[in-house]
Amino acid sequence: MRIGVLAVQGDVREHLTHLREVGVEALPVKTTEQMAGIHGLIIPGGESTTIGMLMQEYGLDQAILDRYRSEPFPIWGTCAGLILLAKEVHGWSPARLGLLDITADRNAYGRQLASFEAWLEIPALGEPPFPAVFIRAPRISRVGPSVQTLAWHDGWPVMARAGHLLVTTFHPEMTSDHRVHAYFAGMVEACRSRV
Amino acid sequence: MEKEGELHAKATGTFTVKAGLAEMLKGGVIMDVTTPEQAEIAEKAGAVAVMALERVPADIRAAGGVARMADPRIIKAIMAAVSIPVMAKVRIGHFVEAQVLEALEVDYIDESEVLTPADDQYHIDKWAFKVPFVCGARDLGEALRRIAEGAAMIRTKGEPGTGNVVEAVRHLRTVNRQIRQVMATPDHELPDLAKELRAPLELVRKVKELGRLPVVNFSAGGIATPADAALMMQLGADGIFVGSGIFKSKNPEARARAIVRATLHYNDPKIIAEVSEDIGEPMPGIDVALLTAAERMQERGY
Repeated sequence: MRIGVLAVQGDVREHLTHLREVGVEALPVKTTEQMAGIHGLIIPGGESTTIGMLMQEYGLDQAILDRYRSEPFPIWGTCAGLILLAKEVHGWSPARLGLLDITADRNAYGRQLASFEAWLEIPALGEPPFPAVFIRAPRISRVGPSVQTLAWHDGWPVMARAGHLLVTTFHPEMTSDHRVHAYFAGMVEACRSRV
Repeated sequence: MEKEGELHAKATGTFTVKAGLAEMLKGGVIMDVTTPEQAEIAEKAGAVAVMALERVPADIRAAGGVARMADPRIIKAIMAAVSIPVMAKVRIGHFVEAQVLEALEVDYIDESEVLTPADDQYHIDKWAFKVPFVCGARDLGEALRRIAEGAAMIRTKGEPGTGNVVEAVRHLRTVNRQIRQVMATPDHELPDLAKELRAPLELVRKVKELGRLPVVNFSAGGIATPADAALMMQLGADGIFVGSGIFKSKNPEARARAIVRATLHYNDPKIIAEVSEDIGEPMPGIDVALLTAAERMQERGY
Protein backbone atom coordinates (compact mmCIF):
# COMPACT_ATOMS: atom_id res chain seq x y z
CA MET A 1 0.00 0.00 0.00
CA ARG A 2 1.33 3.38 -1.00
CA ILE A 3 0.01 6.75 0.23
CA GLY A 4 0.92 10.02 -1.45
CA VAL A 5 1.42 13.41 0.19
CA LEU A 6 0.63 16.37 -2.06
CA ALA A 7 4.00 18.12 -2.21
CA VAL A 8 3.19 21.55 -3.59
CA GLN A 9 4.10 23.39 -0.39
CA GLY A 10 3.78 22.95 3.38
CA ASP A 11 4.72 20.35 5.96
CA VAL A 12 5.07 17.45 3.54
CA ARG A 13 8.10 15.90 5.27
CA GLU A 14 6.28 15.39 8.60
CA HIS A 15 3.41 13.51 6.93
CA LEU A 16 5.83 11.31 4.98
CA THR A 17 7.74 10.47 8.17
CA HIS A 18 4.56 9.64 10.11
CA LEU A 19 3.27 7.39 7.31
CA ARG A 20 6.58 5.51 7.18
CA GLU A 21 6.51 5.13 10.95
CA VAL A 22 3.13 3.39 10.77
CA GLY A 23 4.57 1.02 8.18
CA VAL A 24 3.17 2.58 5.00
CA GLU A 25 5.12 3.35 1.87
CA ALA A 26 4.92 7.12 1.45
CA LEU A 27 5.51 9.19 -1.67
CA PRO A 28 5.61 12.96 -2.28
CA VAL A 29 3.26 13.88 -5.14
CA LYS A 30 4.27 16.88 -7.25
CA THR A 31 3.08 15.86 -10.70
CA THR A 32 -0.01 14.29 -12.23
CA GLU A 33 2.07 11.25 -13.25
CA GLN A 34 2.87 10.54 -9.60
CA MET A 35 -0.86 10.28 -8.85
CA ALA A 36 -0.97 6.94 -10.67
CA GLY A 37 1.12 4.98 -8.19
CA ILE A 38 -0.75 5.80 -4.98
CA HIS A 39 -3.78 4.34 -3.19
CA GLY A 40 -4.65 7.34 -1.01
CA LEU A 41 -3.62 10.99 -0.68
CA ILE A 42 -2.86 13.41 2.14
CA ILE A 43 -3.16 17.13 1.47
CA PRO A 44 -0.90 18.69 4.10
CA GLY A 45 -0.89 21.93 6.02
CA GLY A 46 0.57 24.97 4.34
CA GLU A 47 -0.90 28.09 2.76
CA SER A 48 -4.19 27.09 1.15
CA THR A 49 -4.06 29.98 -1.34
CA THR A 50 -0.61 28.91 -2.58
CA ILE A 51 -1.34 25.18 -2.65
CA GLY A 52 -4.73 25.69 -4.34
CA MET A 53 -3.36 27.97 -7.04
CA LEU A 54 -0.35 25.82 -7.92
CA MET A 55 -2.31 22.58 -7.71
CA GLN A 56 -4.66 23.98 -10.35
CA GLU A 57 -1.93 25.35 -12.61
CA TYR A 58 -0.23 21.99 -12.89
CA GLY A 59 -3.45 20.02 -13.36
CA LEU A 60 -3.20 18.24 -10.02
CA ASP A 61 -6.72 19.26 -8.97
CA GLN A 62 -8.22 17.58 -12.03
CA ALA A 63 -6.04 14.49 -11.57
CA ILE A 64 -7.22 14.17 -7.96
CA LEU A 65 -10.88 14.71 -8.90
CA ASP A 66 -10.67 12.16 -11.74
CA ARG A 67 -9.16 9.60 -9.44
CA TYR A 68 -11.70 10.27 -6.67
CA ARG A 69 -14.66 9.99 -9.04
CA SER A 70 -13.54 6.85 -10.82
CA GLU A 71 -12.74 4.62 -7.83
CA PRO A 72 -12.72 4.54 -4.03
CA PHE A 73 -9.80 6.86 -3.30
CA PRO A 74 -9.32 8.08 0.29
CA ILE A 75 -8.16 11.68 0.76
CA TRP A 76 -7.23 13.30 4.08
CA GLY A 77 -6.82 17.07 4.36
CA THR A 78 -5.12 18.73 7.35
CA CYS A 79 -5.67 22.45 7.92
CA ALA A 80 -4.96 23.96 4.46
CA GLY A 81 -5.86 20.54 3.03
CA LEU A 82 -9.23 20.78 4.78
CA ILE A 83 -9.90 24.15 3.13
CA LEU A 84 -9.12 22.63 -0.27
CA LEU A 85 -11.54 19.75 0.37
CA ALA A 86 -14.38 21.92 1.74
CA LYS A 87 -17.44 22.54 -0.42
CA GLU A 88 -17.85 26.07 1.00
CA VAL A 89 -15.25 28.47 2.34
CA HIS A 90 -15.71 31.73 4.24
CA GLY A 91 -13.07 34.33 3.51
CA TRP A 92 -10.91 34.69 0.43
CA SER A 93 -10.90 31.29 -1.14
CA PRO A 94 -8.34 29.59 -3.33
CA ALA A 95 -9.00 27.19 -6.17
CA ARG A 96 -10.04 23.96 -4.49
CA LEU A 97 -11.48 20.45 -4.81
CA GLY A 98 -14.76 21.14 -2.96
CA LEU A 99 -15.58 17.47 -2.32
CA LEU A 100 -16.67 17.47 1.33
CA ASP A 101 -19.99 18.97 2.46
CA ILE A 102 -18.66 21.30 5.15
CA THR A 103 -18.11 25.04 5.44
CA ALA A 104 -14.60 26.10 6.41
CA ASP A 105 -13.98 29.48 7.97
CA ARG A 106 -10.42 30.51 7.09
CA ASN A 107 -8.29 31.71 10.03
CA ALA A 108 -11.45 31.93 12.16
CA TYR A 109 -9.48 31.47 15.37
CA GLY A 110 -7.44 34.61 14.64
CA ARG A 111 -3.83 35.22 13.76
CA GLN A 112 -0.73 33.26 14.84
CA LEU A 113 -1.06 34.53 18.44
CA ALA A 114 -4.25 32.45 18.67
CA SER A 115 -2.53 29.23 17.49
CA PHE A 116 -2.71 26.66 20.28
CA GLU A 117 -2.22 23.14 21.55
CA ALA A 118 -4.98 21.16 23.27
CA TRP A 119 -5.86 17.59 24.20
CA LEU A 120 -8.73 16.07 22.24
CA GLU A 121 -10.98 13.16 23.01
CA ILE A 122 -11.36 11.22 19.78
CA PRO A 123 -13.64 8.20 20.38
CA ALA A 124 -12.62 6.64 17.04
CA LEU A 125 -9.02 6.49 18.32
CA GLY A 126 -9.85 5.52 21.93
CA GLU A 127 -7.78 6.50 24.97
CA PRO A 128 -5.61 8.42 25.74
CA PRO A 129 -6.61 11.91 24.51
CA PHE A 130 -4.87 13.12 21.36
CA PRO A 131 -2.32 15.98 21.48
CA ALA A 132 -3.64 18.41 18.87
CA VAL A 133 -1.74 21.34 17.40
CA PHE A 134 -3.81 24.11 15.80
CA ILE A 135 -1.86 26.60 13.67
CA ARG A 136 -3.82 29.51 12.19
CA ALA A 137 -6.47 26.85 11.91
CA PRO A 138 -9.68 27.05 9.89
CA ARG A 139 -12.95 26.45 11.71
CA ILE A 140 -15.53 23.96 10.48
CA SER A 141 -18.59 26.18 10.84
CA ARG A 142 -21.08 23.82 9.15
CA VAL A 143 -21.21 20.08 8.73
CA GLY A 144 -23.50 18.56 6.08
CA PRO A 145 -25.91 15.70 6.92
CA SER A 146 -23.66 13.08 5.31
CA VAL A 147 -20.64 14.12 7.36
CA GLN A 148 -19.76 12.52 10.68
CA THR A 149 -17.94 14.61 13.29
CA LEU A 150 -15.17 12.56 14.93
CA ALA A 151 -13.85 15.16 17.39
CA TRP A 152 -14.84 18.52 18.85
CA HIS A 153 -13.03 21.37 20.54
CA ASP A 154 -14.80 24.22 22.30
CA GLY A 155 -18.07 23.16 20.72
CA TRP A 156 -16.72 23.18 17.14
CA PRO A 157 -16.03 20.11 14.98
CA VAL A 158 -12.27 19.68 14.44
CA MET A 159 -12.17 16.24 12.81
CA ALA A 160 -14.77 14.92 10.38
CA ARG A 161 -15.30 12.15 7.90
CA ALA A 162 -17.66 11.31 5.06
CA GLY A 163 -17.00 8.08 3.18
CA HIS A 164 -13.44 8.18 1.85
CA LEU A 165 -12.81 11.77 2.91
CA LEU A 166 -11.18 12.72 6.20
CA VAL A 167 -10.40 16.21 7.50
CA THR A 168 -8.68 17.60 10.58
CA THR A 169 -8.34 21.29 11.41
CA PHE A 170 -5.30 20.36 13.54
CA HIS A 171 -1.91 18.84 12.64
CA PRO A 172 -1.41 15.21 13.78
CA GLU A 173 1.87 15.22 11.80
CA MET A 174 3.33 17.78 14.22
CA THR A 175 3.19 15.50 17.26
CA SER A 176 4.71 12.12 18.06
CA ASP A 177 1.25 10.47 18.18
CA HIS A 178 0.68 8.39 15.03
CA ARG A 179 -2.91 7.31 15.60
CA VAL A 180 -4.60 9.56 13.02
CA HIS A 181 -2.09 8.41 10.39
CA ALA A 182 -2.79 4.79 11.35
CA TYR A 183 -6.54 5.55 11.14
CA PHE A 184 -6.16 6.97 7.62
CA ALA A 185 -3.93 4.07 6.58
CA GLY A 186 -6.81 1.85 7.77
CA MET A 187 -9.24 3.74 5.49
CA VAL A 188 -6.90 3.20 2.52
CA GLU A 189 -6.36 -0.46 3.38
CA ALA A 190 -10.15 -1.04 3.64
CA CYS A 191 -10.61 0.40 0.12
CA ARG A 192 -7.92 -1.83 -1.32
CA SER A 193 -9.19 -5.03 0.24
CA ARG A 194 -12.63 -4.30 -1.18
CA VAL A 195 -11.33 -3.85 -4.73
CA MET B 1 -15.53 18.22 35.35
CA GLU B 2 -11.98 18.91 36.37
CA LYS B 3 -10.72 16.58 33.66
CA GLU B 4 -13.06 18.19 31.16
CA GLY B 5 -11.63 21.62 31.95
CA GLU B 6 -8.09 20.37 31.63
CA LEU B 7 -8.89 18.55 28.44
CA HIS B 8 -10.23 21.66 26.78
CA ALA B 9 -7.55 24.00 28.06
CA LYS B 10 -5.61 25.79 25.35
CA ALA B 11 -1.88 26.39 25.42
CA THR B 12 -0.90 29.32 23.19
CA GLY B 13 2.56 30.63 22.28
CA THR B 14 4.25 27.26 22.79
CA PHE B 15 7.43 26.47 20.89
CA THR B 16 5.50 23.80 18.96
CA VAL B 17 3.01 26.30 17.54
CA LYS B 18 5.77 28.85 16.91
CA ALA B 19 8.01 26.44 15.00
CA GLY B 20 4.89 24.84 13.52
CA LEU B 21 3.91 27.94 11.55
CA ALA B 22 7.36 27.95 9.95
CA GLU B 23 6.86 24.28 9.00
CA MET B 24 3.68 25.31 7.15
CA LEU B 25 5.65 27.84 5.10
CA LYS B 26 8.13 25.25 3.77
CA GLY B 27 8.61 25.08 0.04
CA GLY B 28 7.24 28.59 -0.24
CA VAL B 29 8.39 32.13 -0.95
CA ILE B 30 8.14 35.01 1.54
CA MET B 31 8.19 38.42 -0.11
CA ASP B 32 9.13 41.88 1.18
CA VAL B 33 6.32 44.39 0.60
CA THR B 34 5.94 48.04 1.50
CA THR B 35 2.29 48.72 0.58
CA PRO B 36 -1.06 46.84 0.71
CA GLU B 37 -1.05 46.82 -3.12
CA GLN B 38 2.32 45.04 -3.20
CA ALA B 39 1.06 42.60 -0.55
CA GLU B 40 -1.90 41.73 -2.78
CA ILE B 41 0.39 41.21 -5.77
CA ALA B 42 2.54 38.90 -3.63
CA GLU B 43 -0.46 36.89 -2.41
CA LYS B 44 -1.90 36.54 -5.91
CA ALA B 45 1.49 35.39 -7.19
CA GLY B 46 1.46 32.57 -4.61
CA ALA B 47 3.62 33.93 -1.76
CA VAL B 48 3.16 31.96 1.47
CA ALA B 49 3.73 35.07 3.61
CA VAL B 50 4.77 38.70 3.29
CA MET B 51 7.28 40.80 5.21
CA ALA B 52 5.81 44.23 5.90
CA LEU B 53 8.44 46.95 5.61
CA GLU B 54 8.74 50.67 5.19
CA ARG B 55 11.57 50.22 2.68
CA VAL B 56 13.06 47.18 0.98
CA PRO B 57 16.73 46.46 1.84
CA ALA B 58 18.07 47.99 -1.42
CA ASP B 59 16.40 51.31 -0.49
CA ILE B 60 17.57 51.07 3.12
CA ARG B 61 21.08 50.61 1.73
CA ALA B 62 20.68 53.63 -0.56
CA ALA B 63 19.09 55.86 2.10
CA GLY B 64 21.70 55.21 4.81
CA GLY B 65 21.10 56.48 8.35
CA VAL B 66 19.30 54.49 11.03
CA ALA B 67 16.78 51.92 9.79
CA ARG B 68 14.01 51.08 12.29
CA MET B 69 10.81 49.08 12.66
CA ALA B 70 8.16 50.14 10.13
CA ASP B 71 5.33 52.55 10.95
CA PRO B 72 2.50 50.49 12.57
CA ARG B 73 0.08 52.08 10.12
CA ILE B 74 1.88 50.41 7.20
CA ILE B 75 1.96 47.06 8.99
CA LYS B 76 -1.75 47.24 9.89
CA ALA B 77 -2.72 48.18 6.33
CA ILE B 78 -0.77 45.21 4.96
CA MET B 79 -2.30 42.86 7.55
CA ALA B 80 -5.74 44.02 6.49
CA ALA B 81 -4.99 43.51 2.79
CA VAL B 82 -4.03 39.81 2.73
CA SER B 83 -5.07 36.49 4.30
CA ILE B 84 -1.57 34.94 4.33
CA PRO B 85 0.71 35.42 7.38
CA VAL B 86 2.34 38.83 7.80
CA MET B 87 5.85 39.19 9.23
CA ALA B 88 7.62 42.41 10.23
CA LYS B 89 11.16 43.36 11.20
CA VAL B 90 12.61 44.73 14.42
CA ARG B 91 16.14 45.89 15.13
CA ILE B 92 18.50 43.37 16.72
CA GLY B 93 18.05 43.59 20.49
CA HIS B 94 15.12 46.05 20.34
CA PHE B 95 12.65 44.15 22.47
CA VAL B 96 10.25 47.09 22.71
CA GLU B 97 9.84 47.21 18.93
CA ALA B 98 9.07 43.48 19.29
CA GLN B 99 6.50 44.21 22.00
CA VAL B 100 4.88 46.69 19.62
CA LEU B 101 4.72 44.11 16.81
CA GLU B 102 3.26 41.55 19.21
CA ALA B 103 0.61 44.10 20.23
CA LEU B 104 -0.19 44.56 16.53
CA GLU B 105 -0.54 40.75 16.31
CA VAL B 106 1.83 40.22 13.41
CA ASP B 107 2.30 36.50 12.71
CA TYR B 108 6.12 36.41 12.81
CA ILE B 109 8.80 38.84 13.97
CA ASP B 110 12.11 39.04 12.09
CA GLU B 111 14.91 40.23 14.37
CA SER B 112 16.85 41.50 11.42
CA GLU B 113 20.31 42.71 10.50
CA VAL B 114 18.69 44.66 7.67
CA LEU B 115 17.74 47.26 10.28
CA THR B 116 20.31 49.11 12.39
CA PRO B 117 21.09 47.09 15.54
CA ALA B 118 19.77 48.58 18.80
CA ASP B 119 21.99 46.49 21.09
CA ASP B 120 25.63 45.70 20.37
CA GLN B 121 25.75 42.73 22.76
CA TYR B 122 22.43 41.02 23.23
CA HIS B 123 19.74 39.72 20.93
CA ILE B 124 16.11 39.75 22.09
CA ASP B 125 15.05 37.12 24.64
CA LYS B 126 12.57 35.54 22.30
CA TRP B 127 11.20 33.09 24.90
CA ALA B 128 9.49 36.10 26.51
CA PHE B 129 7.12 36.42 23.51
CA LYS B 130 4.13 34.47 22.25
CA VAL B 131 4.69 35.60 18.67
CA PRO B 132 7.38 33.49 16.97
CA PHE B 133 10.69 34.93 15.77
CA VAL B 134 12.84 34.30 12.72
CA CYS B 135 16.53 35.29 12.90
CA GLY B 136 19.42 35.46 10.46
CA ALA B 137 22.54 33.29 10.62
CA ARG B 138 25.73 32.87 8.62
CA ASP B 139 26.83 29.59 10.16
CA LEU B 140 25.62 26.78 12.39
CA GLY B 141 26.83 28.32 15.64
CA GLU B 142 24.99 31.57 14.97
CA ALA B 143 21.82 29.65 14.05
CA LEU B 144 21.95 27.58 17.25
CA ARG B 145 22.63 30.65 19.41
CA ARG B 146 19.48 32.25 17.98
CA ILE B 147 17.47 29.06 18.55
CA ALA B 148 18.76 28.97 22.15
CA GLU B 149 17.37 32.52 22.54
CA GLY B 150 13.99 31.25 21.34
CA ALA B 151 14.01 31.73 17.56
CA ALA B 152 11.53 29.30 15.96
CA MET B 153 12.81 29.75 12.41
CA ILE B 154 16.19 30.55 10.86
CA ARG B 155 17.10 32.21 7.60
CA THR B 156 20.64 32.20 6.31
CA LYS B 157 21.54 35.86 5.92
CA GLY B 158 23.14 36.33 2.54
CA GLU B 159 23.79 39.99 1.80
CA PRO B 160 20.45 41.87 1.72
CA GLY B 161 19.62 44.42 -0.93
CA THR B 162 22.37 43.40 -3.34
CA GLY B 163 20.58 41.17 -5.84
CA ASN B 164 23.74 39.06 -5.57
CA VAL B 165 23.25 35.47 -4.45
CA VAL B 166 26.89 34.69 -3.61
CA GLU B 167 26.62 35.32 0.13
CA ALA B 168 23.35 33.39 0.41
CA VAL B 169 25.13 30.42 -1.18
CA ARG B 170 28.15 30.78 1.08
CA HIS B 171 26.06 30.91 4.26
CA LEU B 172 23.85 27.96 3.38
CA ARG B 173 26.85 25.87 2.31
CA THR B 174 28.59 26.76 5.57
CA VAL B 175 25.61 25.67 7.68
CA ASN B 176 25.31 22.43 5.69
CA ARG B 177 29.03 21.69 5.94
CA GLN B 178 28.99 22.24 9.70
CA ILE B 179 25.92 20.00 10.09
CA ARG B 180 27.83 17.24 8.25
CA GLN B 181 30.75 17.85 10.59
CA VAL B 182 28.49 17.50 13.65
CA MET B 183 27.07 14.26 12.27
CA ALA B 184 30.54 12.83 11.71
CA THR B 185 31.76 13.76 15.21
CA PRO B 186 31.65 11.06 17.90
CA ASP B 187 29.37 11.87 20.86
CA HIS B 188 32.23 12.30 23.33
CA GLU B 189 33.81 14.99 21.14
CA LEU B 190 30.58 17.00 20.76
CA PRO B 191 31.20 19.18 23.86
CA ASP B 192 34.41 20.42 22.27
CA LEU B 193 32.77 21.02 18.92
CA ALA B 194 29.94 22.91 20.67
CA LYS B 195 32.55 25.16 22.27
CA GLU B 196 34.16 25.75 18.91
CA LEU B 197 30.79 26.60 17.35
CA ARG B 198 29.90 28.73 20.40
CA ALA B 199 26.59 26.87 20.56
CA PRO B 200 24.74 25.11 23.39
CA LEU B 201 25.69 21.43 23.60
CA GLU B 202 22.11 20.16 23.79
CA LEU B 203 21.29 21.87 20.49
CA VAL B 204 24.42 20.47 18.85
CA ARG B 205 23.29 17.01 20.02
CA LYS B 206 19.85 17.69 18.56
CA VAL B 207 21.44 18.58 15.19
CA LYS B 208 23.32 15.29 15.25
CA GLU B 209 20.14 13.37 16.05
CA LEU B 210 18.07 15.08 13.31
CA GLY B 211 20.76 15.55 10.68
CA ARG B 212 19.49 19.10 10.17
CA LEU B 213 18.69 22.27 12.11
CA PRO B 214 15.97 21.72 14.74
CA VAL B 215 13.85 24.43 13.08
CA VAL B 216 13.00 25.40 9.51
CA ASN B 217 15.80 27.15 7.58
CA PHE B 218 14.96 29.53 4.73
CA SER B 219 17.46 31.22 2.46
CA ALA B 220 17.62 35.02 2.19
CA GLY B 221 19.76 37.94 1.05
CA GLY B 222 20.40 38.48 -2.63
CA ILE B 223 17.92 36.18 -4.38
CA ALA B 224 16.81 38.00 -7.55
CA THR B 225 15.87 35.41 -10.19
CA PRO B 226 13.87 32.16 -10.45
CA ALA B 227 17.16 30.31 -10.99
CA ASP B 228 18.58 31.89 -7.80
CA ALA B 229 15.59 30.58 -5.84
CA ALA B 230 15.92 27.09 -7.35
CA LEU B 231 19.67 27.15 -6.63
CA MET B 232 19.04 27.76 -2.92
CA MET B 233 16.36 25.04 -2.85
CA GLN B 234 18.72 22.55 -4.51
CA LEU B 235 21.34 23.45 -1.91
CA GLY B 236 18.84 22.41 0.75
CA ALA B 237 16.93 25.53 1.83
CA ASP B 238 13.42 24.87 3.20
CA GLY B 239 12.09 27.96 1.44
CA ILE B 240 12.99 31.42 0.14
CA PHE B 241 12.86 35.02 1.32
CA VAL B 242 12.93 37.56 -1.51
CA GLY B 243 13.54 41.09 -0.34
CA SER B 244 14.34 43.72 -2.92
CA GLY B 245 14.45 41.15 -5.74
CA ILE B 246 10.78 41.44 -6.63
CA PHE B 247 9.65 45.01 -6.19
CA LYS B 248 12.94 46.53 -7.38
CA SER B 249 12.66 44.61 -10.66
CA LYS B 250 11.00 45.90 -13.84
CA ASN B 251 7.96 43.60 -13.68
CA PRO B 252 7.30 42.59 -10.06
CA GLU B 253 4.13 40.63 -10.79
CA ALA B 254 5.71 38.38 -13.41
CA ARG B 255 8.91 37.96 -11.39
CA ALA B 256 7.00 37.09 -8.19
CA ARG B 257 5.01 34.41 -10.02
CA ALA B 258 8.14 33.01 -11.66
CA ILE B 259 10.11 32.80 -8.41
CA VAL B 260 7.23 30.97 -6.67
CA ARG B 261 7.02 28.43 -9.48
CA ALA B 262 10.78 27.92 -9.68
CA THR B 263 10.82 27.32 -5.91
CA LEU B 264 8.18 24.62 -6.26
CA HIS B 265 9.79 22.93 -9.27
CA TYR B 266 13.37 23.59 -8.22
CA ASN B 267 14.52 20.24 -9.59
CA ASP B 268 12.95 20.70 -13.01
CA PRO B 269 15.18 22.89 -15.25
CA LYS B 270 12.56 22.84 -18.05
CA ILE B 271 10.00 24.51 -15.81
CA ILE B 272 12.61 26.95 -14.48
CA ALA B 273 13.43 27.84 -18.11
CA GLU B 274 9.75 28.32 -18.94
CA VAL B 275 9.00 30.57 -15.99
CA SER B 276 12.19 32.62 -16.49
CA GLU B 277 11.11 33.72 -19.95
CA ASP B 278 10.00 37.32 -20.53
CA ILE B 279 9.77 38.44 -16.93
CA GLY B 280 11.58 41.72 -17.49
CA GLU B 281 14.87 42.93 -16.07
CA PRO B 282 15.93 41.84 -12.60
CA MET B 283 16.96 44.39 -9.99
CA PRO B 284 20.39 45.92 -10.62
CA GLY B 285 22.98 44.02 -8.59
CA ILE B 286 25.92 44.98 -6.40
CA ASP B 287 29.29 43.25 -6.28
CA VAL B 288 29.49 42.20 -2.63
CA ALA B 289 33.31 42.30 -2.76
CA LEU B 290 33.10 46.07 -3.29
CA LEU B 291 31.10 46.65 -0.10
CA THR B 292 33.05 47.92 2.90
CA ALA B 293 32.74 46.11 6.23
CA ALA B 294 30.39 48.86 7.44
CA GLU B 295 28.19 48.38 4.37
CA ARG B 296 27.82 44.65 4.93
CA MET B 297 24.59 43.97 6.84
CA GLN B 298 25.42 40.31 7.41
CA GLU B 299 28.04 41.13 10.03
CA ARG B 300 25.43 42.62 12.34
CA GLY B 301 24.46 40.21 15.14
CA TYR B 302 26.49 38.19 17.60
